[in-house]
Amino acid sequence: MPALMPARAFRKTLLGLAVAGSLGVAQAQAGDVEVLHWWTSGGEARAANVLKELMEEEGHHWEDFAVAGGGGETAMTVLKSRAMSGNPPSAAQIKGPEIQEWGDLGLLGSLDDVAESEGWDEKLPGVVADVMKHDGQYVAVPVNVHRVNWLWANPEVLEEAGVALPTTLDEMFAAGEAIREAGYVPLAHGGQAWQDATVFETVLLATAGNDFYRRTMVDLDPEALGSEQMIEALENFKRMRELMDDDMSGRDWNIATSMVISGKAAMQLMGDWAKGEFTAAGLEPGKDYLCVPAPGTEHSFTFNIDSLAMFRVSEEADQEAQRTLARLVLEPEFQKTFNLAKGSIPARPDLDMSEFDQCARKSLEDFQRTADEGGLVPSMAHGMAVRSDVQGAIFDVVTNFFNSPDMSAEQAAQRMVSAAQAVM
Amino acid sequence: MSTVTTSTRPVDAAPGRTAAARLQAWLPRLVLSPSIAISLFFVYGFMLWTFILSLTNSRMLPSYEFVGFAQYARLMENERWWVAATNLGIFGGLFVIICLGLGLLLAILLDQRIRQEGALRTIYLYPMALSFIVTGVVWKWLLNPGLGIQAMVRGWGFESFTFDWLIDPKMSVYTLVIAAVWQASGFVMALFLAGLRGIDDSIIKAAQLDGAGLPRIYWRVVIPCLRPVVFSAVMILSHIAIKSFDLVVALTGGGPGYSSDLPATFMYTHAFTRAQIGLGSASAMLMLGGVLAILIPYLYSELRSRKHG
Repeated sequence: MPALMPARAFRKTLLGLAVAGSLGVAQAQAGDVEVLHWWTSGGEARAANVLKELMEEEGHHWEDFAVAGGGGETAMTVLKSRAMSGNPPSAAQIKGPEIQEWGDLGLLGSLDDVAESEGWDEKLPGVVADVMKHDGQYVAVPVNVHRVNWLWANPEVLEEAGVALPTTLDEMFAAGEAIREAGYVPLAHGGQAWQDATVFETVLLATAGNDFYRRTMVDLDPEALGSEQMIEALENFKRMRELMDDDMSGRDWNIATSMVISGKAAMQLMGDWAKGEFTAAGLEPGKDYLCVPAPGTEHSFTFNIDSLAMFRVSEEADQEAQRTLARLVLEPEFQKTFNLAKGSIPARPDLDMSEFDQCARKSLEDFQRTADEGGLVPSMAHGMAVRSDVQGAIFDVVTNFFNSPDMSAEQAAQRMVSAAQAVM
Repeated sequence: MSTVTTSTRPVDAAPGRTAAARLQAWLPRLVLSPSIAISLFFVYGFMLWTFILSLTNSRMLPSYEFVGFAQYARLMENERWWVAATNLGIFGGLFVIICLGLGLLLAILLDQRIRQEGALRTIYLYPMALSFIVTGVVWKWLLNPGLGIQAMVRGWGFESFTFDWLIDPKMSVYTLVIAAVWQASGFVMALFLAGLRGIDDSIIKAAQLDGAGLPRIYWRVVIPCLRPVVFSAVMILSHIAIKSFDLVVALTGGGPGYSSDLPATFMYTHAFTRAQIGLGSASAMLMLGGVLAILIPYLYSELRSRKHG
């Protein structure tokens, strides 16, 4: 990384001059931390700003490097080009198995000393801690935990159709018919590959259970991928399509959520970031909208954890800034503000949840329960289970099967097997 | 540049003149050299780099572990690639042919010395001023069965009317053709119109004197004269077709499923979002190969025949 040094050093000098010039005092430990993230929507941006203020209170300089765009695809492209030119930011929003990929490249720095002094091993659940470690060392800090397998529903529409909240897939299909007859769209959905995959992994869990999910979506066991259970799950997944409307092609998830809000549609299968939309519309959980685990998956918790990974930096002051950032991220103040804005739950289960709404409290409760029972599984659709190329190959099969009328579930299962083998 | 300034300094008249002459001889080369160097590096250099990457096992970041043509072999087995390549054939072929036909027809009709020609020309040409993203979004709404044309016609009382190509995996690629033709045919019309205006009136008058009817004049005299225009139009249209990316992203998002993927979107997805730079580079090289396979014979035949003619 020789290219990194002069630029850094120059920036440091500039900062030093600015500080010395304005205050007349040179701060000894003022480090620089440049944070690449895609928390750019209203509430998220405010929450990220809280972290910035906390950092500045500690005397460090936060250089914001926000790259807008959905699931962070653009941000990742920018990160790769920065890393290729030998000048990565000091912290970046990287999650799941991608942390391992960056770690394998030898670009991430260890956070073990701050983890030890702050007692991360005790504070973080084992599953979460494992994702943050590379070669046994902490290289990233978790920001929040999202649950993906939620069902969101509009109680008025359900009442009008005369159905109760479904708790199994069969009930869901039956309720769907009644809702359709009452003149509403049973299930709001957007025809984008990641949304198709989100519904698919939820149906897979409901059909075949946690162990089968792990065998197929995490271990990529070819035998399980081509098995009868997989075919059954795929058939159920395709039946979900009957509950959706024809115009879903390319629709964004938040538009689908707004269909539930406005009472055009009855339900939506989506992660808990959907709550932000309900909150923004001024609705109250439990009264104006309902949140329950997706039908048939109350014993599972598909997690999607956002995290900040720290790149290796050479300056001692910058390392200190990284350590401070890592510590602040897990402190109650930021965890509370950020997760209230984001709809997720804190990465530390020991925090006071009284300010959170009932959906978040239910989420935390299920998080701890499923962690004990073994139902805590990584979300494939959100890049927590497999590498991005495998995930992409599965997405291709899932979305192609879901959208083509003449592809059978057997064919899809077979393609899933070859997709998993081709990329291994 | 320093040699130039020092060589113009001498006071002696004769060397001064040679220096000026030399400067004159060198100036075009000096002025052109930066742009030549830049395009050599940024166009051909990066083509070469892409080719090198396509021979490696690069995943998230470029690596230089060579694996021969394994990425090409993987690409050949990738079903999505074949969908994308077939789509490019359908989309590119229809787009170029329909644009040429429609553009020529509009140009001939506009060329009949009609009133308000300027206004009409502007109307037809205007779509070209929009970006493909805007075109894509507008057509996405128009073609959405619940919002656009289908909903409108059904609203008029034709309940059985269906026009749902956008959500039909077999037809979605044709929606790209519709939107792209809408955008580009006015431009082709303008090209042909300029070509028609450039045709010498005396040739047409001579044909009329020989007793040729109007259709015959167009078929035998006017259209053959437009050959250079067709050449430019095909060049421009085919490169629009091959580099189409924004239109797909805005109109169909590659969907339903990946049924309307084009090689450009395939390349982007694999190289940049799926951490498969090697595979992405291989697909980029095949795209380049496809372009060259079409353009080189065409360029060769056109340029040669023009020299002879």
